[in-house]
Amino acid sequence: MNGRRPRFTPARVGVYGFLLMAALFFLAPLYVMLTTSLKSMDEIRLGQLFALPHAPSLDAWRSAWSEACTGVSCEGVRAGFWNSVRIAVPSTVLPILIGALNGYCLSFWRPRGANLLFGVLMLGAFIPAQVMIYPLVKLEAAAGVFSSLTGIVAVHLIFSMPMMTLLFRNYYAAIPSELFKAARIDGGGFWRIFVQLMLPMSLPIVIVAAIMQVTGVWNDYLFGLVFAGRDNLPMTVQLNNLINTTTGERLYNVNMAATILTSAVPLVVYLVSGRWFVRGITAGAVKG
Amino acid sequence: MSASRLTARLRRLVPWAALLPLAATVLVAYLGAALWSLRISLSSSHTFPASDFVGAAQYERLFDNERWQLALHNLGIYGALFIAASMAIGFLLAVFIDQKVRGDGLLRTAFLYPYAMSFVATGLVWQWVLNPDSGLQNVVQQLGWKSFVFDWIVDQDRVIYTIVIASVWQASGLVMALMLAGLRGVDIEIWKAARLDGIPTWRVYVSIVLPMLGPTLATAFVVLATAVVKAFDVVVAMTQGGPGTASDLPAKFIMDHLFGRANIALASAGAMVLLATVLALVAPLLYVRGHAARKAAKVTQ
Repeated sequence: MNGRRPRFTPARVGVYGFLLMAALFFLAPLYVMLTTSLKSMDEIRLGQLFALPHAPSLDAWRSAWSEACTGVSCEGVRAGFWNSVRIAVPSTVLPILIGALNGYCLSFWRPRGANLLFGVLMLGAFIPAQVMIYPLVKLEAAAGVFSSLTGIVAVHLIFSMPMMTLLFRNYYAAIPSELFKAARIDGGGFWRIFVQLMLPMSLPIVIVAAIMQVTGVWNDYLFGLVFAGRDNLPMTVQLNNLINTTTGERLYNVNMAATILTSAVPLVVYLVSGRWFVRGITAGAVKG
Repeated sequence: MSASRLTARLRRLVPWAALLPLAATVLVAYLGAALWSLRISLSSSHTFPASDFVGAAQYERLFDNERWQLALHNLGIYGALFIAASMAIGFLLAVFIDQKVRGDGLLRTAFLYPYAMSFVATGLVWQWVLNPDSGLQNVVQQLGWKSFVFDWIVDQDRVIYTIVIASVWQASGLVMALMLAGLRGVDIEIWKAARLDGIPTWRVYVSIVLPMLGPTLATAFVVLATAVVKAFDVVVAMTQGGPGTASDLPAKFIMDHLFGRANIALASAGAMVLLATVLALVAPLLYVRGHAARKAAKVTQ
């Protein structure tokens, strides 16, 4: 809608009323998570979900980070955090490099048959992961990388390739082909044009891609569960173990603190990146 | 052949070589794996792949399996409600934010942040909020409404709706962001013309803007539908498929049979059914959109 901001009318009250109600619905779980994590278990047992904590304490956070039991061990979600970092860094850098290379090659060099490959790749984005999981487990086992850091990074690389390739292909498609031709005439080869000309121009789309990969890989549960192996379980898997496989009384304050800790990285990425995050959504969604 | 001609020939191969990771992914990880799963689904494999051939027997067993029937039934309810509610709420949020409101940046942040959270975290938070003993039901009862009941999460017949609620909370902001981007593309002249003709604003949105947003709607639908088929984490975190198997979804059924129950043939048959569902849903939309894009390209030329 365009034009100036309308004056105050009953309809405006309705607009603000609706938006306020919606905001409450969306923010309520965050509020509940935060307040619960600051309460003691005695206070939680009173069952006042929306009450502010009487005596806010960070004990639950400390416990969630370094003491709570996640399945076999009792070291909190700390280990999971570092596992997630070790998974997320290569699973962001490699897919972006490969995606940029694919996009560059598809946009400027256009080797014969490449478009067909690209078409199948984009269709592949719609294949449910469950179709590929068992064969990938067997392939990785045969290659000796199943249940390892390499194994999980390879899976992230495979499943993110359609999106990463698409992002860079569309980005490079908007670059005038004269630029590429001029570089060719100046004697630039395949790699030189890529590294010295195209990559430096790609910063905006690299940022968008990095935001998508970091949040996507960090929030992944399924692949981490199957492919990472017990020593590399990412934070989401450890969080779920902490909450859903422990016996005895459920420590909701610790659970909520662990949930916030697990969500912290993508939430911070989202809050800091703002418009870039949205750009990733729209760029990724507008396919073809 | 001289050395320089050889290097020139090698150089021409470089673009193909650069696409090797792409080719390997497409041929091995996508096509190869899908064909392998198809092959397994036609065998009598249990823990290990068997090389026999039993035709469609696994598919017959699958559709006789009550748990699979329930999972498919749940997928239908979950998919229809989740997509409809996310689209409706996302569209409404976008339209209301589009009314030149104050603090629209903050509102957008509040509506979209759940999308930055994992489905695991989403499921765990809502498990806590909807817990009848200490969550919403208890709060309303403490306020004095003693007979208030909201125990869907432990109710076999209603648990799937709680998963819808959590998923809608997570994904509506995404639809809003897509719709807002679409609304910004609406020509200012349309608003001016509508105002001159005295057409009410809501009417313009419903009769003019909504049809114009067709491609955005299709995009949102595809994104949400893909999420429906993949839905696994949120169920595991929120209910572990329970109570009993009441909130089972096909993706969870497949994972349980692949790893927990060592019945890879049945699981693969389920995966192929899932794949067929996705293709049936997505292919027509992609075709229509591709068709529209080609038409648009012709017009602008």
